[in-house]
Parts: sequence; structure tokens; C-alpha cells
Amino acid sequence: MSLKNFKEALIEKIIFLSGIASIILVILIFIFLAKEGLSLFKSVHLGDFLLGRRWHPISEPPQFGVLPLILGSLFVTLGAAVISVPMGIASAIYIAEVAPPRMKEILKSGIELLAAIPSVVLGFIGMTTLVPFVKHHLNLPTGLTAFSGSVMLAFMAMPTIVSIAEDALTAVPQKYKEAALALGATRWQAIHRVILRAASSGIVAAVMLGIGRVVGETMAVMMITGNAVRMPTSLFQPVRTLTATIAAEMGETVRGSAHYHALFAIGIVLFVITFVINLIADWAVHRKLK
Amino acid sequence: MKGIIETQDLNLFYGEFQALKNINLAVRRKTITAFIGPSGCGKSTLLRSFNRMNDLIEGVRMTGRVLIDGNDIQNSHTDLVTLRKKVGMVFQRPNPFPLSIAENILFGPQIHRTAKKDEYEQIVEESLKSVLLWDTLKDKLDRNALNLSLEQQQRLCIARLLPVKPEVLLMDEPCSALDPVATERIEDLMRVLKENYTIVIVTHNMQQAARVSDDTGFMLLGELIEFHRTEMIFTNPVDQRTSDYITGRFG
Repeated sequence: MSLKNFKEALIEKIIFLSGIASIILVILIFIFLAKEGLSLFKSVHLGDFLLGRRWHPISEPPQFGVLPLILGSLFVTLGAAVISVPMGIASAIYIAEVAPPRMKEILKSGIELLAAIPSVVLGFIGMTTLVPFVKHHLNLPTGLTAFSGSVMLAFMAMPTIVSIAEDALTAVPQKYKEAALALGATRWQAIHRVILRAASSGIVAAVMLGIGRVVGETMAVMMITGNAVRMPTSLFQPVRTLTATIAAEMGETVRGSAHYHALFAIGIVLFVITFVINLIADWAVHRKLK
Repeated sequence: MKGIIETQDLNLFYGEFQALKNINLAVRRKTITAFIGPSGCGKSTLLRSFNRMNDLIEGVRMTGRVLIDGNDIQNSHTDLVTLRKKVGMVFQRPNPFPLSIAENILFGPQIHRTAKKDEYEQIVEESLKSVLLWDTLKDKLDRNALNLSLEQQQRLCIARLLPVKPEVLLMDEPCSALDPVATERIEDLMRVLKENYTIVIVTHNMQQAARVSDDTGFMLLGELIEFHRTEMIFTNPVDQRTSDYITGRFG
């Protein structure tokens, strides 16, 4: 084999390995997560784990019910979605269809900057400004609530939602808009009857990826949601999310203990949730009208 | 009043570039008028000034007047919605909405609220019948319009205009994306539609102008060189440049 051929073959191999590296990593992570997490169910019943209302991992005997944590994540996520989805889509429409070119550039860089802020910084800002604000103005015993977390996380979901939805809107061919206007549609009619519908799959994907980001977020929620493990009944009380539980407790567990395995089992729950969200986003992108 | 569309000393500029120079013409009601000329001669720009689609382009400036039914549409309080209901447009590339066939046809009645829900079915049927698509598509009304053939898409785009009840149909090279057989069928359709509508067509294809139109305008570098009955343009043109173009000496 000549040197040149050898080089070609080598480069091909390297590219191939880099290409499949991410898949191999995902598989390894999943196997590790499954191995560490599933062994919890040797001692704890799956139903007691998912539907149990008490998370007392260091009591005697310990109780590993993650329902309050799932609900905590759900409350914070839904709250963030209610704020960020309408705002994000409206903002994407403004950038893609309405804003003059200069405004568009300014807004797009603004959104990118927002995405670049580390979550711990957002959490810090939330802790020092939003939390006291919520406590004072809503007259609550504490500002560390699911609501505060939702507001903060909405800011983190916005960049994802805006930039992906804006791409989807911009990708709608100009000819549809022209056709609508030539039929006597006003600009808003052209936007909501044609452009939004043509971009709907991309917008759904944007929303799902934004929500995915919120579900997986850890640092900011840990700082501002109060971390109280109890069944949440309202947005205006402290909650603990799945992610915050893992981050807060992993350092104090004994490797191989039931508590340790339970935290990995929470990891599996998170993995399944984000997997389903990504699946929906993927389905939305590829779905077509017959 | 001579025509349903008239222009008086119409000039149009894209920035510094003058795309239309002193256009004066009158389009007769319920006829087919064709504009021919080499690329970049301004014929599409002229067409788009009849329903003010040039407004979408930045830096466009116009002087002179465009009268539709005697009303000057250039002034600022022209209602674009009313204008575009009256003057419909078919584009060079078929551009049905990425919605179902029925939704495409109902777009006009829905945005203008000109029909009740129980009339929708009838509107879809009548519109598709007018463009001779009803028999092929009547069982596929909820299919995505983008899956139709290009010719069917272009017919659908014409059908979509009809429930808005326009008086004028502007067609910007409506057959340039179609094969010869499909082109012939669209031309037949234009002859049928002429009974009820005034049609203005821009075309690259001189034979097409000769085949379907009653009047023809020849444009060159933004000027309307000659505007006459079609048979006169093609048999006995007045201007030497028209004669050179239609005999294929340039273009």
C-alpha cells in the first residue's frame, strides 16, 4: 500500500470515529444510567417510586417517592412555557416579518446575547431582584417559589424558541406572502393564515426544544425555587425539581447506596422526559400534510 | 372612458434606475392584452403597477397616473384591499398556499368575509369548475395543494382568484414553468375566462401573445414602443424595432 493510500485510509477512519463518537457516548451514558438507576428497583417498587408522595432519602426507612419532584418540574416548566411560548413566537414573528432590517439585526444579536448568559448568572440575578420582588408584591412568606423559577426559566427558553421559530418563519418562501397580499390580504392576515401555518412544524419544534431546555435546567432553578420537597399545590410556593434534587444530593450520598441509585433513577426519568420532548419536536419537523 | 385600466404618463424608478418611461395605454374590458418584450424591458413592472405589488419593493418611486375603472390608484388613500380584490394576479411560478386545495380556494372568501360557511362547498365547486379541475380533484379537496402537478397548481392559483370576484386578472408569465401541452391548456382556459374577465398577460413567448391576445404592447428598455391590435403588431408593425423583435432579429 502506498503512503498516499495509507493516509487516505487513516483520515477516513478518523472521520468515521469522530462521526460515531456521539452515538457511542449516548449509548454508554444510557447503559451507565440504566445500570446504576435500575438497581434501585430491586429494593423499591416502581409504582412507589413514581407515585410515592414522600421523598425522604435519609430517613429510616428511607422513602423514595419522586411525585413531588416530578410535579415540581412540571409546575416550573408549565409556568415557563406559558410565559415564553407566546412571547417567543410573537417576538419571532416581529423579527421575521415586521421589523425593519436594522431593528432585526439589533434584536437578533440581543437574543443571541441572552442565550449566552450562563444560567448561574441568571439564577443570581433572579435571586437578588426577582425573588424579593415576588415576595414583596405578591405578599408571600417567601419569594423562592415555582413562579419565580418559571419567570427566570422563561428567559432561558426564549432564545431557543425565538431563534428556531424565526428561522422557520424566514424559511417560508416569499411567494406565499406575495400570493396572499395579491389576494387582498392585510399583512396580519398573510402572517397568521399563511406564513404561520406554513411554518407551524418549525414553530412546534422551537417550542419543544425550548421546553426541553427548561426541563433540563438545574442551576437557576436550584437557586430560586426554594427547594422544598412537598407536593406543590400552587405556583406561589417553594418547589423542588428533579434536576435540583440530583444536583443537591449527589454530593452527600454513599456510592452504591439506595439513595445513590435513586438519584440515578431520577436521571432516567429526566432522560425519558427529554427524549419524549425531542421525539415530539422531531415528529413535528417531519410531519407533512398528505 | 376608454378602458378598464389606463395609464397616463406613468414613470417608475427603482432608486436611480428608470424602469418605466412615460407609459400611456388603455386596456379594453373583457379582452386579453399581452405585453411582450425582451427580459428587463419593464413588462412585469408595468403589470405589477396595476395592483400596486411594486409597493413591496423598497425604493420604488412612481409618477403619473394609473386608473382602474377611472379611479386613480396611485394616491395614498387608495384601499389596497379593495384594489387587489378587483385586480387579481397570477404569478410566474405557481404559488398555491401549502394548505389543502379547498383552503386555497376559500382563502379569499375567508379573509374578505364575503361568504357564509354553508356556501363554502359551492364556492369550491364553482371555482374548480371554472378552471376545469373539478372532475379530477373533487375527491381530493383536503389534499395538500403542493402535491398537484405544476399545471394543476397554476389552474388552482387562477381558481383561487375567482371567488374574490375580480374584474381584472393579471398574469405574469403564467406558463413559463409549464410544458407545451399544459401551456396550450392554460391558453384555452384564458379564452374561456375572457368572457367574464379582463386579462392582462405578460409573456416571453411571442407566439403565445399572437395566439391568445386581442391587443399587444411591445416594450423595450422601459418604453412602450407600440400598442395595437395583436394582428396588426404581428403582421404590420409601425415601428422598426417591433418588426425587428417579432421577426427574431433580437431579443
